[in-house]
Amino acid sequence: MATQVAEKIALEITHRALGLSDDQVLEMYWAMLLARRLDERMWILHRPHLVAFHISGIGHEAAQVGAAFALKRGYDYAHPYYRDMATVLTLGMTPRDLMLALFGRQGEPSSNGRQMPSHFGSRALNIVSGSSPVATQIPQAAGIAFAIKYKKTDQVVLTCFGEGSTAEGDFHEGLNWAGIHTLPVIFLCQNNQYAISVPAAKQMAVPNVADRARAYGIPGVIVDGNDVLDVYGAMRDAVARARRGQGATLIEAKTYRPVPHSSDDDDRTYRSRAEVEEWKKRDPILRMQEYLTRVNLLNAQKIVESDARAKQVVDDADEFARNAPYPPAEAALGNVWGQVKS
Amino acid sequence: MATLTNIEAITRTLAEEMRRDPNIFITGEDVGVRGGVFRATKGLIEEFGESRVVDAPLAESSIVAVGIGAAVYGLRPVSEIQFADFIAPAFNQIVNEAAKMRYRSNGTWTCPLVMRAPYGGGISGGLYHSQSIEATYAHIPGLYVVAPATPYDIVGMLRHALRVDDPVLFLEHKKTYRLIKGEVPDTYYTIPFGKADVKRVGSDLTVIAYGLMLHHALDAAERVARDGISVEVIDPRTLNPLDKDTLLESVKKTGKALIIHEDNLTLGLGAEIAAIIASEAFEWLDAPVMRVAGPDIPAVPFSPPMQDFFMPNVDKIENAIRKLGAY
Ligand SMILES: Cc1ncc(C[n+]2csc(CCOP(=O)(O)OP(=O)(O)O)c2C)c(N)n1
Ligand SMILES: [Mg+2]
Repeated sequence: MATQVAEKIALEITHRALGLSDDQVLEMYWAMLLARRLDERMWILHRPHLVAFHISGIGHEAAQVGAAFALKRGYDYAHPYYRDMATVLTLGMTPRDLMLALFGRQGEPSSNGRQMPSHFGSRALNIVSGSSPVATQIPQAAGIAFAIKYKKTDQVVLTCFGEGSTAEGDFHEGLNWAGIHTLPVIFLCQNNQYAISVPAAKQMAVPNVADRARAYGIPGVIVDGNDVLDVYGAMRDAVARARRGQGATLIEAKTYRPVPHSSDDDDRTYRSRAEVEEWKKRDPILRMQEYLTRVNLLNAQKIVESDARAKQVVDDADEFARNAPYPPAEAALGNVWGQVKS
Repeated sequence: MATLTNIEAITRTLAEEMRRDPNIFITGEDVGVRGGVFRATKGLIEEFGESRVVDAPLAESSIVAVGIGAAVYGLRPVSEIQFADFIAPAFNQIVNEAAKMRYRSNGTWTCPLVMRAPYGGGISGGLYHSQSIEATYAHIPGLYVVAPATPYDIVGMLRHALRVDDPVLFLEHKKTYRLIKGEVPDTYYTIPFGKADVKRVGSDLTVIAYGLMLHHALDAAERVARDGISVEVIDPRTLNPLDKDTLLESVKKTGKALIIHEDNLTLGLGAEIAAIIASEAFEWLDAPVMRVAGPDIPAVPFSPPMQDFFMPNVDKIENAIRKLGAY
């Protein structure tokens, strides 16, 4: 009996010790699950070419939810990248929003169908509109953080990118600014070990992206990117540092992309099925289910229930977007320049 | 009324606007205690401090990108590119990011960023301190490209640049910095973008020129006036979007058009202006549209004879005017 209690406390420690309530950790699970189910549906919709393109965040849910959960929604800033579906869902974008983008339909909030899907943005949620050229968001995030410091608020910025993108000059330039000016920005590298087909060893000669932080005078932290609580813990500390005026952190979440780069990719050309299967065993959703089951917050029945609930939400979003109208052709014309004031 | 040089017009306007709007800050290489290599930001760090006059690391992409991030947040950054020749590392940030921010977010995010860049040759700057970059950037929808040539226009357009909610590439011909002086009224005014200015009224032919070339064109017009050739000189001032109406109105009046730019000929501003005239004023034309421009070589060479060969000057413009006048 006594050992049972002690064991339970020890097990609970992980999320409680991080200051997360049972409800919050379940909320994290829900965000991860919803992102996964939505993403899976997007792949399915692409198969018969009901949609033109999908780029997936599968396998990245722990890294993304763990990071986004440490932000104050709508107060802090996020400058995400194309894989950040779970990030933006956690920050308040909805499955309907993301499905509208997938189908390129009218009213899609990021760009009204101008951009490919997964080019997220929301003014209301402080999610800055992203582009396709990789790493451009990194020095821009330093600029947002510069503005935050200038205005003396205690906001922070989260920006995300892959490990391949850290080879770009903009990665270096952005971290350099953040180091020089002690800026409140968290650089989250989601190291899934490939940039399309190119392995990380061909992007850099150091074993870890986090090692590079030293060159900019900021801390570099490595976390298990498939463990949402590990990511959250590091992110929470980095956010606290930034809010205290102590500057930037580079977090490297080690993870894996168990699916092709995008709907246009065939990953069988560059990696073995054995490798992929090995990583699937470390799936972040499975790991979260195991953890929550161990601490008695989840059981087989609840897993089935939450899956059913996620399916409902995804069905609704799919149905809603499928039936939404396209933007009219002339919608291509507006918002090039603003009103010329005199 | 004050008489200012072009560079004084810039420095003074930056200071005035920074006093007016606490969200304006300046960044760029050597903009701090050095006051910029051309002294455009002279005295600003003393008045506004290090937080608003920020020496940037030597990295142009981030000088623009940090400006974009700050602009998106709600500040009004002025990013100085030390020489226009060195703006290329920031091309991606300007074209794919700043210029597309409004469009790609369907108007929800905007990027009110002013990028100042000294450009142009005739100063023994060689290939990499003399370039004219306007055509490359004037092709980009969503990016204002302006090149005011006089203190009056610089003051009015820099004030306007610091009020619009879109990115502005503010080109300053470096040879005119101290060469050109002019009067600036004490009363407050702004000059909206997309408005050309008739710098000299005439009736025989229209010369369209901007930057240093505007001043050469005015000198050439003065010379030929002695022989009774009446030249109208128009400065587009804003290179994108162009003020078609003012250009067409003048060409319809004179029936002849000559376009001058220092930037090399092929696919330069002159090509676009000639196309506009050809498609919208064809019936009014009494002669083919002519251009005087830099030759199609990579940049302005250093050695004086080669530099002079590159640069359009008063003589070359005068010859072209006489030729077109006689057509
Ligand atoms: C500047 C630029 N070059 C090339 C591409 C094409 N591209 C898109 S994603 C990608 C790989 C990015 O890999 P990584 O940064 O590791 O992120 P991941 O996709 O693995 O999450 C490439 C080469 C691009 N989008 N932008
Ligand atoms: Mg990668």
